[in-house]
Amino acid sequence: MAQKGDLLLQMKGVQKRFGGAIALRGTDLSIRAGEIHALLGENGAGKSTMLKILAGVHVNDGGTISLGDKPFITGSPEAAIAQGIAVIYQEPSLFLDLTLAENVFIGRQPMKGVAIDWAQAQVEAARLFAELGVPLDPKRQARGLSIADQQVVEIAKALSMNANIILMDEPTAALSASEVERLMTVMKSLKAANKAVIFVSHRLDEVFVISDYITVMRDGATVSENPVTGTDLQKVIKEMVGRELTELFPKTENKIGGVALEIKDLTNPAYFRNISFTVRHGEIVALAGLVGSGRSEVARAIFGIDKYTTGSVKVNGKDLAKGSPVAAMAEKIALVPEDRRQQGLFMIAGVNRNISMESFDRIKGKIFLNFKKERALTEIWREKLSIKYESQSNPVESLSGGNQQKTVLAKWLATDPDILIVDEPTRGIDVGTKAEVHKLINAAAGEGKAVLMISSELPEVLGMADRIIVMREGHKVAELSRSEATQEKVIAAATTGSKGA
Amino acid sequence: MKLKLRFTWDTSILLILAVVWVAASLTTDNFLSSINVSQIFSNTSEITIMAFGVIFLIILGEIDLSVASILALGSSMLGWSYAHGAPIWLAIIICMAVGTLCGFINGFLVTKVGLGSLAVTIGTLALYRGIANGILGTNTINEFPEFWTGWGFDTIGTSFIPQSLPIIILFGIGFALLLHNTPFGRRTLAIGQSPEAARFAGINVVRHKIIVFTFTGFMSGVAGVIYTFRFSTAQADNGIGLELLVISACLLGGVSIFGGIGTMWGVIAGVLLAGSVESWLTLREINAQWRTIVTGILLLISVAAPVLINKAKAAKVRAENKS
Repeated sequence: MAQKGDLLLQMKGVQKRFGGAIALRGTDLSIRAGEIHALLGENGAGKSTMLKILAGVHVNDGGTISLGDKPFITGSPEAAIAQGIAVIYQEPSLFLDLTLAENVFIGRQPMKGVAIDWAQAQVEAARLFAELGVPLDPKRQARGLSIADQQVVEIAKALSMNANIILMDEPTAALSASEVERLMTVMKSLKAANKAVIFVSHRLDEVFVISDYITVMRDGATVSENPVTGTDLQKVIKEMVGRELTELFPKTENKIGGVALEIKDLTNPAYFRNISFTVRHGEIVALAGLVGSGRSEVARAIFGIDKYTTGSVKVNGKDLAKGSPVAAMAEKIALVPEDRRQQGLFMIAGVNRNISMESFDRIKGKIFLNFKKERALTEIWREKLSIKYESQSNPVESLSGGNQQKTVLAKWLATDPDILIVDEPTRGIDVGTKAEVHKLINAAAGEGKAVLMISSELPEVLGMADRIIVMREGHKVAELSRSEATQEKVIAAATTGSKGA
Repeated sequence: MKLKLRFTWDTSILLILAVVWVAASLTTDNFLSSINVSQIFSNTSEITIMAFGVIFLIILGEIDLSVASILALGSSMLGWSYAHGAPIWLAIIICMAVGTLCGFINGFLVTKVGLGSLAVTIGTLALYRGIANGILGTNTINEFPEFWTGWGFDTIGTSFIPQSLPIIILFGIGFALLLHNTPFGRRTLAIGQSPEAARFAGINVVRHKIIVFTFTGFMSGVAGVIYTFRFSTAQADNGIGLELLVISACLLGGVSIFGGIGTMWGVIAGVLLAGSVESWLTLREINAQWRTIVTGILLLISVAAPVLINKAKAAKVRAENKS
């Protein structure tokens, strides 16, 4: 059994590339027994890639990883578990109809002769829960457990497999405040048992309460590794952001007109409360905040995908019916959704079929669709957005991510919307295409469209927006003009902002 | 504009159909005789008519197992109302109206109550036939005006074309245009490909499904009229088991059981293929068990082949776009 302070895991100069994209360009990480180690960084900094290498999902291209005095065997999740590494994901994957004891010992049930020894499994599971400081009943079903308690079961399962390094990927993102407390208790128990915990979190306030060490990553490399007493919030934020804002986002000054979209006291208690803001013609307003802060849900409520309980949405001064995308589209609102594969596109349908989807009126005679007009429409948008494909009828699933995103944009721009809502418009696409998408959004604002942009990428938010609204845990915590917004202010509001604001 | 023939399941099924016809005419004396071709068309008429609706449902990602029971209920109502003094035109309208109502009930239960269409239509499969039994019991009504029974049975003049065929062709053209050349058809395919993306595209998915269930019910009612006059019989067990043949024909015609993919001419070819194979085996005097086995094998191939073809196609396109 490891003693407190023993070096359990050491990563040195670890590299990983995916095709042409470099995910890790030389990261270092040292983990000791009995420590809680926070891994921080913006989206795309390489945290998840690190975790996935340790979980055996990816294989590093360079650098060394050692466990104690042995080299780490990469590339197999089973091998990672055998070497004492367990991963707890944000969304636990328990078998909801089985009991907790069955979940903990699934596939490795203790045997008595040829029969499973359930009594033994239950005793063992109860002992693990007690050790973690959360006395769950091993005989109850997993269905109905809170997410936090499901995570506890996953952790107990990890312990039953003799894990001594527990990786947690944003474990608190989906938890309420009291559940976070509970998870912290568990993390402290693990620490007391001389296990090591590595966790990724965007909630900086929590990080400073619970961790012993903080490693900050940026652009695939380790920026700093400090004991929590040797750093502070301001320093960590600076290290996370790091880079200077370059000319990547050429902001064009547009003529800003009257109010196009007015949101007032919009509330859906499950996701957001009392959200109010306006977007004017020609203006780009960014909705910033962490993933899970309720930004996308606000967009969905405006467009009518979901209903809201109280509040109002006004378009050009007129009330918009709630819960009806048809009504929203009639008022010339367009929503380019967060998940282009699930929500934005019909993946097996051709590029032309996707682009014409919202524009039947433009390609229709009295009753029937005119395929010639459809081809012409597709060609217009291929040219405007420089979408690359072999043939118009190629299914969009065969296109690259960037070209898929352009296809979704084309579909909605073809409706000539007055109000364009874009949710994470550049997620997962390469830098060159990103700049093109930014130019398109700027151009849309230049034509007098009101643009509401949701983005997790700070440089994008600061580079593009005329105004920035920051959300945290379902509340609007800050509204910053272009001149007063800084990366530090936005991050501070998104992670620690007070809900009274 | 040049016509590009792509190798997909619905093009290949035409090829298979041609092969079956050639093979059948070489191995039997009278496969392509006018009387036999006429038989193939008229034997498949109810299946074809019902498939025009069911193809839309399968593309939507839904299913209707109750179509043959709707046929029977419609047929029973036709016979019962005619026997109780209603004029024949009214009895025919009642049959189609009952079908439409049954389809609407299916759609309502699936969308508004939120039950799965498999479960709902297994239920209504029993329910609708049960009501038909309640109306007619074991009675059979087979006194109908000669004009109508002739219409169901005779051919046009001295040709081999069944009198009911022009109607089927008209419906076929109408539904093919609806599926492939109208926004309604595009939305049907879209909902089947991704219900979630369809919602984000502003499609009223619930309304759309109710409409499709309802016109599938209407078509089953039309099939009920044809069936009744073709056999001059209204009884509660009319068309028993036909629902499986309808669904088989759709799958055989390349409609994806997972939704989102399907063409009308594929389904028509599917119906004709099933009918032709059946007829071929009958002429060869191969017994009924073997005929069922052959149909089963055809069906398995038809379900597996499109999946394999599409996989190969997608891989090819991906490889091309990468280079």
